[in-house]
Formats: sequence, structure tokens, C-alpha cells
Amino acid sequence: MTLSKNPLFTRHEAAAFAVLAFVIFLLLPAALDNFRLNLFGKYLTYAFVAVGLALCWGAGGILSLGQGVFFGLGGYCMAMFLKLEASTPENTSIQSTPGIPDFMDWNQLTELPLWWTPFYSLTFALIAVVIVPVIFAFIIGVAMFRRRVGGVYFAIITQAFAAILTILIIGQQGFTGGVNGITDLRTLKGWDIRTDEAKEVLYYVNGALLFVVLFIAHFVRKSKLGRILIAMRDQEDRVRFSGYDVASFKIFIFCLGAAFAGIGGAMFTLQVGFMSPTLVGIVPSIEMVIFCAVGGRLSIIGAVYGALLVNWAKTSFSESFPELWLFGLGGLFIAVVMLFPNGLAGVWTEKVLPQLTGLWKSRKSQPQKEEALQ
Amino acid sequence: MSLQERYMLKVEGLTVSFDGFKAVDDLSFYVEPNECRVIIGPNGAGKTTVLDLICGRTRATDGSVKFKDHELLKMREDQIVHAGVGRKFQTPSVYEDLTVFENLEISYPSGYSVFGALAFVRSPNVQHRIAEIAETIFLEDLLDEKAAFLSHGQKQWLEIGMLLIQDPELLMLDEPVAGMSVAERKKTAELLNRIIQDRSVIVIEHDMGFVADIATRVNVLHQGKMLSEGSMAHVQADPKVIEVYLGH
Repeated sequence: MTLSKNPLFTRHEAAAFAVLAFVIFLLLPAALDNFRLNLFGKYLTYAFVAVGLALCWGAGGILSLGQGVFFGLGGYCMAMFLKLEASTPENTSIQSTPGIPDFMDWNQLTELPLWWTPFYSLTFALIAVVIVPVIFAFIIGVAMFRRRVGGVYFAIITQAFAAILTILIIGQQGFTGGVNGITDLRTLKGWDIRTDEAKEVLYYVNGALLFVVLFIAHFVRKSKLGRILIAMRDQEDRVRFSGYDVASFKIFIFCLGAAFAGIGGAMFTLQVGFMSPTLVGIVPSIEMVIFCAVGGRLSIIGAVYGALLVNWAKTSFSESFPELWLFGLGGLFIAVVMLFPNGLAGVWTEKVLPQLTGLWKSRKSQPQKEEALQ
Repeated sequence: MSLQERYMLKVEGLTVSFDGFKAVDDLSFYVEPNECRVIIGPNGAGKTTVLDLICGRTRATDGSVKFKDHELLKMREDQIVHAGVGRKFQTPSVYEDLTVFENLEISYPSGYSVFGALAFVRSPNVQHRIAEIAETIFLEDLLDEKAAFLSHGQKQWLEIGMLLIQDPELLMLDEPVAGMSVAERKKTAELLNRIIQDRSVIVIEHDMGFVADIATRVNVLHQGKMLSEGSMAHVQADPKVIEVYLGH
């Protein structure tokens, strides 16, 4: 019986993972100089968010326009640790209060706020990178999904959260670094993260973490939970009346997406060397949705390519025509929605793959025909 | 014999009002074990609303719905399902993007929690049960087909199968043969006759021939109120019923 088969990886899926691994770990490092490789490392941090969105939005039909919030929270947790390590009394001896982050000193703070102190610990910071976004997502999720808020309303509310967090960060300058963000990050446990060598190492760490996230996402998609998500997207009531508590499934997948985004944010901070509210707000959140849409919201691997391609296009475009990029991005989004709603992954599986397999099959069948003729 | 044992479902004083309009008004009826109860009535009589109230889709304004020992009005939809109440919707509600097998698998009564669903495995038991149900609902050759490609009648059967796999003690069907071809209708009647054994069933239906065929008792609803209750012959002879259906 064919129906019993539900392997964790089909041949196509295994091949897709292998190709992506080849691109990230061999092709890009070989083809790019250090500066460009670091840029691609930055793009890959957005891929974490896009993979989370492929689960929430693509599979579960929950469109969040506030993923920047979770990316930012993860990034800020990492940045707080790095900032504290950089703010030794020796480094900050010219401040009126040495030993606290510079922006606090500029804002007339004379001692470290209590909630900053746990971030002296790397372990705490690393846990917080995942847990803080998850807690936020959980609170939003319980508040929204238990009340059966969904669809457009949910999207708008998440967007409002992105706006609120940005305003909060900018407003609380003394505690958060305000509009500049947390900058001038130097070392991780004494290891200088600004050198070319460190950036290369971080690129590979980032790639490896992305694969961990991809494997988790793939496992979730392949489990019964993954199919329940798709079922919820199509017929929420039917799922409810088949005995499932729909809200808890939505909360789970939203929290998982937030955890992924948080890890991406932390890797962004490490590779780029700062975190600021410009990565938290509405515009970056919507951009992240576009990465996912371009790559194909139904495909987690597609989401990674989407993040890479759109960001690469953004950088190349902005270098030559800085003022045109936003129009280009808007046009791209319209094109995706109108012409290929399943994104690049859809184009691949619907158009390219059948052609390829067609070629393959005709080539294989030709010799047999000759034999038959003889 | 106490009331508790005698009735599977006790609906008493059930009322729901939407902005003052009483869609269901002080309705009471009792369903016995193994009984097939058919609810009929003109459009807008509140038939579907009654099912919605029992399964928790709509919240009642007043009254009580007792299923065995459970007061359903205080329970969440998924808890009502776990108690043993299954509901089929009027328009076929199947998951179009999933295969017939996957549709049935989601309805298989196990792995209801988030982590239960993550850890769920397709054991031989599950596969066997799904194959068995697929045969009952005439879809054994279409297990790997996406539900989107099924005909209207096949979707209806699939949804019935999704309920059967849960083996509910009380099954509620909303117009199960509506929109079907004559051949499909005949097959469905045969299917329903088989599955209504050993459980209580509430059916909403317009097809009188079909009703006469399956009903133990019939409730006639009119403007949210019970107009008549009894055997098919009884309600057909009831002047009030004739007035509503043929009058004006």
C-alpha cells in the first residue's frame, strides 16, 4: 500500500536540503569575498524569520505582520550581553559613570537598571534569545487566538505590536539606546567578533543553526501537526469539530515562528555588530513577509532562497538606484501575488520540475524503444 | 428506569436569541439510545441552529442540553467532540489540500494535543482503521487522491467517514443527501442505514422519502418552536404541520 508511506524525507526533499547545504556551505563561501559573504550571512538571518513564516502563514494561514518584533527581541537580548561585555570600566573610563553602557551614561543614568544585570551571563542571554520572543508570542497568541481573532484582524494587530515596540524602544533611550540602537559591540567572551576571521566563523555557525531550524520546521511539517495546520487553514471549524483545540495549535506554531525569528535576530546582532529599532518596526516586518512570499510561502526551503534573493536584489539595486528600491520591492510583491502565488518554490515544482522529469524520462525510454525495434 | 439511563440526549428549554430575534425558542426534546431522530421544517425554522447549539458552535441564551452526564452548553467544541458527539456540516467540510487518507487520519481519535500531534505515528492500527472506513464510504481506491478532486457526493461521504472514524455515540447530520445525484443518493441512504445502527443520530433532511426510510421519530420545527413530534405518519397527519407546509 502506498498510503502507509510517510518518510521523513522524500527523495525530492532530501535533494532540496542537499542543494541548499551546497549553496550555503560551499558555493557562497567559494564565490564571495569576505565582505559579501558577511552580507549574505546577514541575509540568512532573515531566512530564520521567513522559515517561521512559512510555517505560520504558509501552512497555518496565520499572517503575522509583526515578525520583526521577535527578530528584534532576540537581537536585543544578544546585543545586551555583548554591550555589557564591551562596557568594562576600563573601556568606559571617560564616562561620568564608568562600567555602564555608553548610551546610559549619555542619558544621565548613574547605574545599570536591574533588568539588565542578568545579561552579564552568556547562558542567560542565549536562553533569553529564544525564550523572550516565545513569551511575547505566547501572550499575543493567547490573547488573540483564544478570542478567535484571526485573518486580517490578527495581521493588523501584530503590525500594531511592531509599531508599539519600536516606539517603546525609541522612547526609552536610556534603557535601550533609543533610535541608534545598541552599537559598538566588540567581543563575545573575549573573542573579537569584528575581525574577518570571526565573521567567517559566524557565517558557518549561522548556516548550521539555520539547518537546525530547517530540520525542526521540516519535522513539524511532516508530522500530523503539520497536516492539522493545513487543515485549519482550509476548514477551521471542521478541525474544531474533529476534537482539536484550534487555538492551542495556533499558539504553538506562532511561538515556534517567534523562536526561529529570535535566533535569527541574535545571529544578526553577532554578524552585523549592532541592533536597532529599524529592524523591529512595521517596514522590516512586512519585508520579511515578502521574503517568504517570493520564496514560496508553502516551502520552508523556498523561504530561504526568497530571503537570499530579495536581499541580494535589494543590495545590488540600492547601490545603483537607491530611490527606486522600494518601488521595485512593491512591484515584486504585486508580481508574486498576481503571477506566481506560490513563489519561486511554486514555479520550481509546477513548471521546472515536470519539464526536468519529462526530459529524464524521455532519455531513459529512448534506448528501450530502439531495443524494441530490433 | 431513571431518566439518566433512558435518554442519550436531553434538550430542555433551549433558547437562543440574536439581537432579540429568537431563532430557537424554548425547545425541548429527548433522544433515546439507538434512535434516529429526523428534524424537518421549512427554511428558517432553526433546524441547523439547533445542531449548532448542541455541538457548541453557537452559544445558547438559555436552557440545557444534557448528553449522558455532560452539560454540553458549558463545554468547548472540542470537549463536546471528546464526550462523543459528532457533527456533519451542510456543505461538505473536508480539507481540500490533503489526501483522503490524511483527511481520515486527522479525524482518527488520538493525538489531540499539540505534542500528541507531533508524536503521532501512522501505526498499522491507524492504517487498518482508515482502510476499513474508506471501504465503508466507497473511497477505498481514492485514498491518495486530494480531497479537492473528489465529486460533491464523494466529499459528503468523506466527511461522514471522518465522523465514523471517531465512533461518536451521538451523530448529527445536516442534510447528508442534499445536492447528490440519484445514484449517489441511493448509495448514501444505504450507507446511512448501515452507520445509524448502534448509535443515536439526529438528521436534518428535506427528502421525505428518505426521512420515512430512516426516521424513528420526527420533529417538525417552525419559527424556532416545536410544531409536532412523533412518528412519520403522525406528523404527516398533523393539521398544524399541513397548515405550515401547505397553507398560506
